[in-house]
Amino acid sequence: MLIRVIGAGVAGLCAAFEIARAGLARGAAVEIVDAAPAPGLGCSYHAGGMIAPWCEAMQTEPLVAKLGEEALAFWTRDIAVATVAGTLLVARERDRGELIDLAPRAEHCERLGPERVAALEPALAGRFSQALFFAQEAHLEPRAALRALHDRLAGMENVTLRFGAEATAARPRADWTIDCRGFAARDALRELRGVKGEMLVLRSEEIELSRPVRLLHPRHPVYIVPRGGGLFMIGATMIENEERSRVTARSMVELVNSAFAIHPAFAEAEIVETGSDVRPAFPDNLPRISRRGEALYINGLYRHGFLLAPALARRAAQFLFEGHVFPEVMHADQGERRADRDRGADAREAARGAGLW
Amino acid sequence: MTTETTPLLLYDVPVSSRFLLGTARYPSPAILAEAVRAAGAKIVTVSLRREAGASRAGESFWSLIRELGVRVLPNTAGCRTAKEAIATAQMARELFATDWIKLEVIGEEDTLQPDVFGLVEAARALADDGFAVFPYTTEDLVAAERLLDAGCRVLMPWAAPIGSGRGINNLFGLRALRAHFPDTPLIVDAGLGAPSQAAAVMELGFDAALLNTAVSRARDPIGMARAFALAIEAGRAAHLAGLMTPRDMAEPSTPVLGRAFDEGLGA
Repeated sequence: MLIRVIGAGVAGLCAAFEIARAGLARGAAVEIVDAAPAPGLGCSYHAGGMIAPWCEAMQTEPLVAKLGEEALAFWTRDIAVATVAGTLLVARERDRGELIDLAPRAEHCERLGPERVAALEPALAGRFSQALFFAQEAHLEPRAALRALHDRLAGMENVTLRFGAEATAARPRADWTIDCRGFAARDALRELRGVKGEMLVLRSEEIELSRPVRLLHPRHPVYIVPRGGGLFMIGATMIENEERSRVTARSMVELVNSAFAIHPAFAEAEIVETGSDVRPAFPDNLPRISRRGEALYINGLYRHGFLLAPALARRAAQFLFEGHVFPEVMHADQGERRADRDRGADAREAARGAGLW
Repeated sequence: MTTETTPLLLYDVPVSSRFLLGTARYPSPAILAEAVRAAGAKIVTVSLRREAGASRAGESFWSLIRELGVRVLPNTAGCRTAKEAIATAQMARELFATDWIKLEVIGEEDTLQPDVFGLVEAARALADDGFAVFPYTTEDLVAAERLLDAGCRVLMPWAAPIGSGRGINNLFGLRALRAHFPDTPLIVDAGLGAPSQAAAVMELGFDAALLNTAVSRARDPIGMARAFALAIEAGRAAHLAGLMTPRDMAEPSTPVLGRAFDEGLGA
């Protein structure tokens, strides 16, 4: 049995890994095809790399946290690249309403006063009088993580990796195709839209942070992820448009301003990199595994690529080899549910009824 | 029972719901769609300035908005000069095939307070160009007068700064605005955080209320949309029914004098 995975971003590499791992004893071979010359050059390249299921859960649907919890084990054990140092959520005094509103929705977290904030992150001492701390959350460097995943795949006997190759020309015919092209799959998934995100990387030797710090703000929430070596990734804007690579001055002003609000020394930091891409999302901003014949489309990971890819990959593998169906993420062909567009859970119900699984 | 005798007319268009809803910052477009339904809103606002990008790249989201099946009131949020706002309005007219424009010219980045000078300038240019202008303004009477002179036939005063959720910041100012312009549709645009605050502005006789943040950032945006819908309806009904004026003294609803029996002296 040949399974061809198209797309070597975080969704595709995770899918290939779980399918190859589960398929080895069953004689299944996995081929990964990507038109790009190397893995992880799509929107995974600009990801924050926060494995923060409970932080995200406060502002998304419960499904994201449920699937995201599996990512903690994946990125700390299966592909051990993540650091578990927690997430610190802070707000400036004038925006404390944001923190107060979110606190009751938070799970797996504790409220910290100024002393605990200072103890955890000395650089923030005296700057924030209260914070939420999600101790069990992790962060990783996305590019290193995908290199590690790629290298692991390259060492597996039933895996072939082909870069700079077109999937349409791939031979022989695969038994199953797993389409993980992200936003590029819009030619097949018409409900998919792009949500633009911009980021930048700063270098400062004056500031040390041990974990991602998220700053709540009524209009421009921002996060800072320490990348080591004095590098800090600042992200990310969320704009409802589909421009892939245009970084705007306004967005940079907002991100730098927010970084400055977290620590004034960021004003003197060097701008090392700016980046922009679009996140693939469905109307409910939730991920889907859609089936069409012998093809599975894993898509709609939105701003949660590294958080959701492991759980989706595992479900795809269990479907292929054991026939398990996971209604919470599995969708029948889009055409079947056109009329149910925008109805979220109802639409998923209808898709289940369509009997395509 | 006092009921509406004539529907609310906005630029001669009858509007059956007095609840206008903004479309920014919902957890997802699907939840936005549910919130619009729960609100019973017939008009939604949508921002263009930033989403348009360099090549009108916001089309996917805008088509989701169009599919809501309600009237779209594009806005010029994020514009800081009259010129920017005018260009955004012209693009909006083309994209949404509507002359309606919610005009925002922001003068102060921290409070997002309207720049009423730029607002009047842009309103005049747009009204002359055939737009139906809905200006986001303060409660300032003179600014309101100038906007009407410029050709606006609807005003959208704030209750408090955008997204602040503070409710009515200047009760006297809003009352004065209502009293000075009894025949102009006045839609309270910004700063409402709780349904009770929306009910309060409707009780003052404002014609409609526009909500965004209080709904979109609620734990349950759909539930909050319904709560505001009920409050706006209640406030409007109360205004029509005639509210009592608060008194300084207690006034028992049953007179004490003249009662046949007084328990204190009873047998």
